[in-house]
Amino acid sequence: MDYFLTEEQIMIRDLARKIAQEKILPVRAELDEREEFPWPIIQCLAEADLFGVYLPEEYGGCGGGCFELCLAVEELSRVCGGVAVSYAASALGAFPILLFGNAQQKERYLPEIAQGKKLAAFALTEANAGSDAGGIQTTARLEGDEYVLNGTKQWITNGGEAHIYTVIAMTDRSKGSRGASAFIVEKGTPGFSFGKKEKKMGIRSSATRELVFTDCRIPKENLLAKEGMGFMVAMKTLDNSRPGIGAQAVGIAQGALDEALDYARERVQFGKPISSFQAIQHMMADMATQIEAARALTYAAARYIDSGAKDVSKVSAMAKVFASDVAMNVTTQAVQILGGYGYMREYPVEKMMRDAKITQIYEGTNQIQRNVIALSLIKERAQKR
Amino acid sequence: MKIIVCIKQVPETGNVKIDPQTHTLIRSGVPSIINPLDTYAIEEALRWKEKLGASTLVLSMGPPQAEEALREAVSMGIDQALLLTDRRFAGADTYATAYTLSLAIRKLAPYDLIFCGKQAIDGDTAQVGPALAEHLGIPHIAYVKKIEDIDLQKATVRAHRLMEDGYEILDSRLPALLTVVKEINEPRFPSLKGKMRAKKLEIPIWGADDLGGEVANFGLSGSPTQVKGIFAPPARGKGEILTGEAPLIAQTLIERLKAQKII
Ligand SMILES: Cc1cc2nc3c(=O)[nH]c(=O)nc-3n(C[C@H](O)[C@H](O)[C@H](O)COP(=O)(O)OP(=O)(O)OC[C@H]3O[C@@H](n4cnc5c(N)ncnc54)[C@H](O)[C@@H]3O)c2cc1C
Repeated sequence: MDYFLTEEQIMIRDLARKIAQEKILPVRAELDEREEFPWPIIQCLAEADLFGVYLPEEYGGCGGGCFELCLAVEELSRVCGGVAVSYAASALGAFPILLFGNAQQKERYLPEIAQGKKLAAFALTEANAGSDAGGIQTTARLEGDEYVLNGTKQWITNGGEAHIYTVIAMTDRSKGSRGASAFIVEKGTPGFSFGKKEKKMGIRSSATRELVFTDCRIPKENLLAKEGMGFMVAMKTLDNSRPGIGAQAVGIAQGALDEALDYARERVQFGKPISSFQAIQHMMADMATQIEAARALTYAAARYIDSGAKDVSKVSAMAKVFASDVAMNVTTQAVQILGGYGYMREYPVEKMMRDAKITQIYEGTNQIQRNVIALSLIKERAQKR
Repeated sequence: MKIIVCIKQVPETGNVKIDPQTHTLIRSGVPSIINPLDTYAIEEALRWKEKLGASTLVLSMGPPQAEEALREAVSMGIDQALLLTDRRFAGADTYATAYTLSLAIRKLAPYDLIFCGKQAIDGDTAQVGPALAEHLGIPHIAYVKKIEDIDLQKATVRAHRLMEDGYEILDSRLPALLTVVKEINEPRFPSLKGKMRAKKLEIPIWGADDLGGEVANFGLSGSPTQVKGIFAPPARGKGEILTGEAPLIAQTLIERLKAQKII
């Protein structure tokens, strides 16, 4: 399918593909096995300018948007979902600054993020506040010129590795969800430390870690937008980043289909390659069709966001839900096509199946995405009457 | 400091086949790349540019499409590019190639360093670099695996030259020509910004008339080498891996080597 990419978008895709093939492919199994953060690859992506594809040129980026980010994420995910999320999570951490930061904040943080000199991360989730983000208990108290943060964030991608964190904390509990605010916290700030590093099912080369704030003092200037706008910042950030999860899912699924196709053409049973059996052929046809549909929806959502549209929550959620369900389905089928070999770590599809699962969970579970879609539908209908 | 890097566009080796009838390379449909060893020369130039500051220029003699290779070098970070292309350059052997490059480089003087890859994967001669230095009348160090130091004040370079049984440390005055081996560094990927710059960069093209020199010394007519024939070497057989306990493997190995009269 031709998505009419510009010359620049083709460059981004091809460069990400080249790095994925030459740098990530040879080490992905080892990174997964050892749960090792892929610093040398991050370095390489940084030197190739890929961390800036979605950031404006004035901040050292390449002037693209959500769509360019998706192209890079898809290519990296096709080879390794774990490396891809480490890359994508930096964008997730940068979006709040890009969307809501003032001139000084953008000037200070975005260039280093664009150059990949520093990674970013986004911290909303806590032990008792997952889907129900309104339940967060981390607090930020204004004392003179400083905010004092206390609390623990959980399962933060790039935790410990990133330098720049956007953190959602309560500035006024009495106001409920209108009492949350967003802050930028730098690694190394006294009172800011890292807790447990999680052992995961998939995306094992990515770092998922606790952030612990104990009387952590940050300058007042690190408040993003205004007090009370924390959830707005978080929701708009996720609206912008969810097509990226869609792209991750599309990439993982495509990688699994590639493997299944190669294998089916080689594996001989009953005297024929298994690709000659209609049962296998139909599985592959469905996989390919689903992937193309997921890609088309993801690209459309990303382009819609880049058009400057305001009502993006619904399409963004649709892209994430659909593509991630496709990824889970396609990777499961890929394992099936490889049979017992597919179940073995020597072949890459079992990892792809493990990696695919997370795309249905993070940045809002697929149940929550369906809630978002349904609510938008009902609201849109009501407004038309 | 000014560094010139000479590169060659070559067919991607894995795919090169030889026509069994004509004994010539089948080039159609084979993608072209920068000669892999030349990418190490590019990388080394970039590293010294980053360290000491330098203007870098990449130079190639070849058909018009060799421009792609030059653009790729620019996308890695090289500043300028120059293409030598002319029908009269065609069919050049290592001698005529070195002669042609030397005329261009004389026009680009002054310069401090010239980097070349050790050899090209298609011709495999490793002659162009040293021959170019001779044409220019400057010293050269071949098979460089490490550049220890470049002293611009004293106009000297100290390099480690890879030998079969170790390495030599050599000092040379500048300007000098160095051919590099793959142990020297790890070439970087192109960057997006580099690619965008490369896309737009004007690449001057020089032909025989721009270079001056003896027309009879260019291309086929300037080439003392006569190719009698080209053939594909027989494919190498699969190696054998011995398994089992180390002492047993060693014993088997010795017996086999003796049987084949190798030891
Ligand atoms: C590997 C990994 C990386 C992560 N990275 C980050 C990060 O970088 N930053 C960050 O802030 N967070 C991150 N998270 C957190 C992630 O976003 C949450 O796990 C997710 O939002 C779901 O929250 P939960 O796990 O607490 O599940 P819960 O909210 O406890 O949900 C449990 C189940 O109940 C369902 N459910 C809950 N509420 C409803 C409802 N109203 N209607 C229907 N079903 C419902 C859910 O869909 C789910 O199936 C990460 C998580 C993981 C596993």
